[in-house]
Amino acid sequence: MNEQSTGNGARPMIVCRDVHKWFDDFHVLRGIDLTVDTGEVVVIFGPSGSGKSTFIRTINRLEEHHKGEIIVDGIELSHDIRNIEAIRREVGMVFQQFNLFPHLTALQNITLGPIWVRRWPKQEAESVARELLERVGIPEQADKFPAQLSGGQQQRVAIARALAMQPKIMLFDEPTSALDPEMIKEVLDVMEELADSGMTMLVVTHEMGFARAAADRLVFFDEGLIVETGTPQEIFSNPKEERTKLFLSQILQH
Amino acid sequence: MASVATETEIKRPQQQISLPRWLRQNLFNNWYNSLLTILALWLLIRAAPPLVNWLLQANWSPVLSRPVLYFVGQYPAAQLWRPAVGVVLISFLLGLSWGVWRGPLRTFALVLMSIYAVLALLPVGMETLGLTGRLFLAGNILVVVLGLAASRTPLGKGRWVILLGLLSFAVFILLVRGFAGNPRLPQIQTTSWGGLMLNLLVAAVGIVASFPIGVLLALGRRSRLPVVKLFSTLFIELVRGVPLITILFLGSILLPLFLQENVRIDRVIRAIIGMTMFSAAYMAENVRGGLQAIPEGQYEAARAIGLNGPLTTGLIILPQALRLVIPAIVGQFIALFKDTTLLIIVGINEILGIGKSLVLGNPEWITAQKEVYLFIAIVFWVFTYAMSHSSRRLEKALGIGER
Repeated sequence: MNEQSTGNGARPMIVCRDVHKWFDDFHVLRGIDLTVDTGEVVVIFGPSGSGKSTFIRTINRLEEHHKGEIIVDGIELSHDIRNIEAIRREVGMVFQQFNLFPHLTALQNITLGPIWVRRWPKQEAESVARELLERVGIPEQADKFPAQLSGGQQQRVAIARALAMQPKIMLFDEPTSALDPEMIKEVLDVMEELADSGMTMLVVTHEMGFARAAADRLVFFDEGLIVETGTPQEIFSNPKEERTKLFLSQILQH
Repeated sequence: MASVATETEIKRPQQQISLPRWLRQNLFNNWYNSLLTILALWLLIRAAPPLVNWLLQANWSPVLSRPVLYFVGQYPAAQLWRPAVGVVLISFLLGLSWGVWRGPLRTFALVLMSIYAVLALLPVGMETLGLTGRLFLAGNILVVVLGLAASRTPLGKGRWVILLGLLSFAVFILLVRGFAGNPRLPQIQTTSWGGLMLNLLVAAVGIVASFPIGVLLALGRRSRLPVVKLFSTLFIELVRGVPLITILFLGSILLPLFLQENVRIDRVIRAIIGMTMFSAAYMAENVRGGLQAIPEGQYEAARAIGLNGPLTTGLIILPQALRLVIPAIVGQFIALFKDTTLLIIVGINEILGIGKSLVLGNPEWITAQKEVYLFIAIVFWVFTYAMSHSSRRLEKALGIGER
């Protein structure tokens, strides 16, 4: 329905037009326009409080937007709960705090969605879950509970849980911010592999190494607006906006 | 890595605990604890001899001369086999559940078996308990073992046990109640029911019914639908704001006034409804406490994988919330069981009522009140202790995967 694309001919997977959101009186998103093509990997970065997390959470309706439109895979997000549930089935999400279900094993965390939402038979769901655990590198942890896993392992289970629903889009909300430094790499490796496999990804992160290696496009957020977008090359070597330069110099100093 | 460690391995120093040292550490470690120790010792010395004295010459005849009365009340002696069948059913089911679920139910089964053994071997009360009674009790120990053995057969599946439990409950009620006009199973009015049987019946139905109602009320109170929320909140606050006795009185005196002439609800059922409502309101608040402890991230993660509201509640939120409040829920169950003694006030002959009327109805026993109440207290303690012990085991069994 929306043949607006960024030029490489791919169908847009996510189209956001003039998206606004308020928290009470606070105008947190002040008109976001962004189109993400199928298979594109977009990294969103910016200072805390700039609305980047809120923005990606509007895409699967964990946050409601108050003005503008969001179209995901051809379905417009509205108040219709059926639309919301249809979109959530196609959009996987990985959270900063992992949010695994603590009363279920790693395997049960992953099979829950396929069994109860997709209505797969249990055996099929379990064999897919084991493949996914293999893919994220922890097949031996299938029967452990989240509390028995390290942060990096938990986040990889969370990624497998999202992938088990066979989503068309993956949203990552600061997936490595709560991790100890030595565990960040194992999660980023999985994400890079996912990016290479052609998944459409929207990633909020400050891991600029990941952005350089895996992102097709970088988006810089500040004060509820997109300040600048460009390829990693453009943003890192030649940022146009003063604010982008300043922010990058702050986070890349170390 | 062991090469260095073997030579320089340092053992944790062993602490020698001698009696004087233990005393100093635990009883006399500072001046106020020393004072408390001495005070407690003095109280013990003062209180112990009279207590021992009383125990030695206590008159247990109000308990020993009519033991059956405490358990089934004035149920006709010729029909006693009917509640007895109920006891056999319970023994069998408990043995079966022990085999299927292990852990918490083991405690219950073991406690029940020891009660049977103690009663069967009781050196006193020969004439009242009788050989039949003793053989029956001893036989029930075998029935529990039989149930345990049956759990190894195809019957030993959770759903079969639950089904069998519900079925036995219905059988038990029909059997004890009987049918009007049936010569083999004459109807026995609930006015003739009594004793511990009634306490257990009211408590069991109250627990089984108030748990789901309480959970629904807790969910209702957090619902976004205004009518559901208002109803749940009103119900909880109204019931919690009223003493249980008042509710029981309302049920026994006021309720019949509202009903039509020809509609009569049995007074035991009215009592059960009252206790269930009361317990459900408290249950709801316990469960709500658990629901509030679940972080928002759990809801978000559930929604993000596409679970709808009811599935999120049933698969993600409730299992975690209920586990958090097991101690409070079991506390509520124990309170409900103990509160069944309040039925004495609306004229239902539960165990306390039996004890009281025995003492008051017999001039020679009027001085033996202490013994009767002590006996009843012990009966309650055995059951409630088994409940709280099982609850702790349940917490441990479900504790895996705690955050």
